[in-house]
Amino acid sequence: MSPAETALAASPAAAAAAAPNAEGLARDGRAERLALLGLASPALLLVLVILVVPVAWLFYVSFIGADGSFSLENYERMINRKSYARIFYTTFEISFLTTGICILIGYPLAYFLSQLPPRVANLCLITVLLPFWTSLLVRTYAWLVLLQKSGLVNEWGISAGLWEEPLKLVHNTTGTLIGMVHIMLPFLVLPVYSAMRAIDRRYLMAAANLGAGPVRAFWTVFAPLSLPGLFAGSLIVFVLCLGFFVTPAVLGGGKVIMVSMKIASNIELFVNWGAASALGVVLLVTTLVILWVAARFVALERLAGGGH
Amino acid sequence: MRWLNRPASETQVTHGQRLWLYILSGVIMVWLVAPTLIVVPMSFSDSQYLEFPPEIWSTRWYDHYFGSEEWMAATVTSLTAALLTMCLATPLGVLAAYGLHASQLRAGRLIFVALITPMMVPLILVAIGAFYVYVKLQILYTMLGLVMAHTVLALPLVLIVTAAGLKSFDMNQEMAARSLGASRARAFFTVTLPQIRFSVITAALLAFLTSFDEVVVAMFISGGDNATLTRNMFNALRDQIDPTIASISTIMIAITSGLMVLAQLFGKPREGG
Repeated sequence: MSPAETALAASPAAAAAAAPNAEGLARDGRAERLALLGLASPALLLVLVILVVPVAWLFYVSFIGADGSFSLENYERMINRKSYARIFYTTFEISFLTTGICILIGYPLAYFLSQLPPRVANLCLITVLLPFWTSLLVRTYAWLVLLQKSGLVNEWGISAGLWEEPLKLVHNTTGTLIGMVHIMLPFLVLPVYSAMRAIDRRYLMAAANLGAGPVRAFWTVFAPLSLPGLFAGSLIVFVLCLGFFVTPAVLGGGKVIMVSMKIASNIELFVNWGAASALGVVLLVTTLVILWVAARFVALERLAGGGH
Repeated sequence: MRWLNRPASETQVTHGQRLWLYILSGVIMVWLVAPTLIVVPMSFSDSQYLEFPPEIWSTRWYDHYFGSEEWMAATVTSLTAALLTMCLATPLGVLAAYGLHASQLRAGRLIFVALITPMMVPLILVAIGAFYVYVKLQILYTMLGLVMAHTVLALPLVLIVTAAGLKSFDMNQEMAARSLGASRARAFFTVTLPQIRFSVITAALLAFLTSFDEVVVAMFISGGDNATLTRNMFNALRDQIDPTIASISTIMIAITSGLMVLAQLFGKPREGG
């Protein structure tokens, strides 16, 4: 027993006096923790007023019919009208294709970067980060200029003899896909890269030591270990694609209509809040369900932070 | 070419066998950077149809941009909004991140998720939601409304970056300061804040960029005298390919690159320091 404990044991009165004190301290501690939590309240309040309340209101409006009473007509319209089915089809088609192409070209790039010595890799990462930080509008504009009929891509392609007539590369699905893959690629490469960096290289040595060739070691050891990163990256890309607006609006030239664009035109052109909000609710629920599933596998911060 | 036959990794694959990977990655990296960079020389072309390389170099489109009252007003709006957003989102976010980190309560986790929702909700919903509220509050097309909406969008980034900084900070140092008589606030400002400053600076720069580059929300809630640069650019793009946009793009690329350099200089602890 330490001298202090001996002293306590020797004097029951002192022990009894310590107990209420401890209770008081615990109470103070709780109060302080709650007060600390209170520091988040200004931010929370702002998010509540600007985001949560309006979205809740959109939810409500989506169930109000043209006559002002409760109805499901806004949702029925989505099911019954062919034009809406088309929009959902286009949105998912573009999102799947973009995600697929991003995986196909992003995974090898992330693998390449993860194999470099850290200093060189950081230098090469600038090529991923620069577009990541550059305004999305600027990059969309750049593609518009490059892909137009008299643009650089057509000019070079024709002078190199690859094709004869100027190809229609923009104001259609092709242009939209090129632009979207370009914008989404960093969102895939960054999480995949950080997952690959975290893989212990000694596993590969062990695999080689046990007789696996490079290809087999890659597919049976490295690839499975990189899957969580790939999964996280693909989901971010997919979810971002679902809600995309600017790039399809500019590069799609009115031929590629995604859900976000339909929501915007419902408000801007037709002032139809019912139709817009029902579309919004479907878009939001889809997005949140995907993110919720994703959060079971990877931390939300990593999903949201895009890996940096 | 002996290098080609050297082993490239733990699995004894040679550089030669992976040559395809190097070439493919090189092409992708060029593809990632080239479109943005090619806009820069194009913006100095004298022609109506942006040429590369320009046959006659000129600053015609820059003159057009700097001479246009409308573009200048939009630029001022965008810069003001971005600065104010930075000044609002950074303290709010840092305060929240610190509170959640220090309280160590379970509820903190929930609040954290609530505060990063603006990142998860599709932008178009934020846009039309804010549009609706602003009509009711009569702050549509005002700087106040724009800054509030952009602050909500920037908060998640500030929170995530600051929280990451706090994770590697030893809170016992703050305890030490307080046991020596410093108040909680004083301990935070003199002990904690200086040590997480790199995260805070990065967070502030991110908040600035979030606002400066934002298009969709600005399209709905900025307008009139307070139309942002991106809003006007987007509208101009829908109509035709205006070469003035190339010069504005170049300026935006310069601003982004400048901020990136700042983040590199001040947003990271220096080695050996």
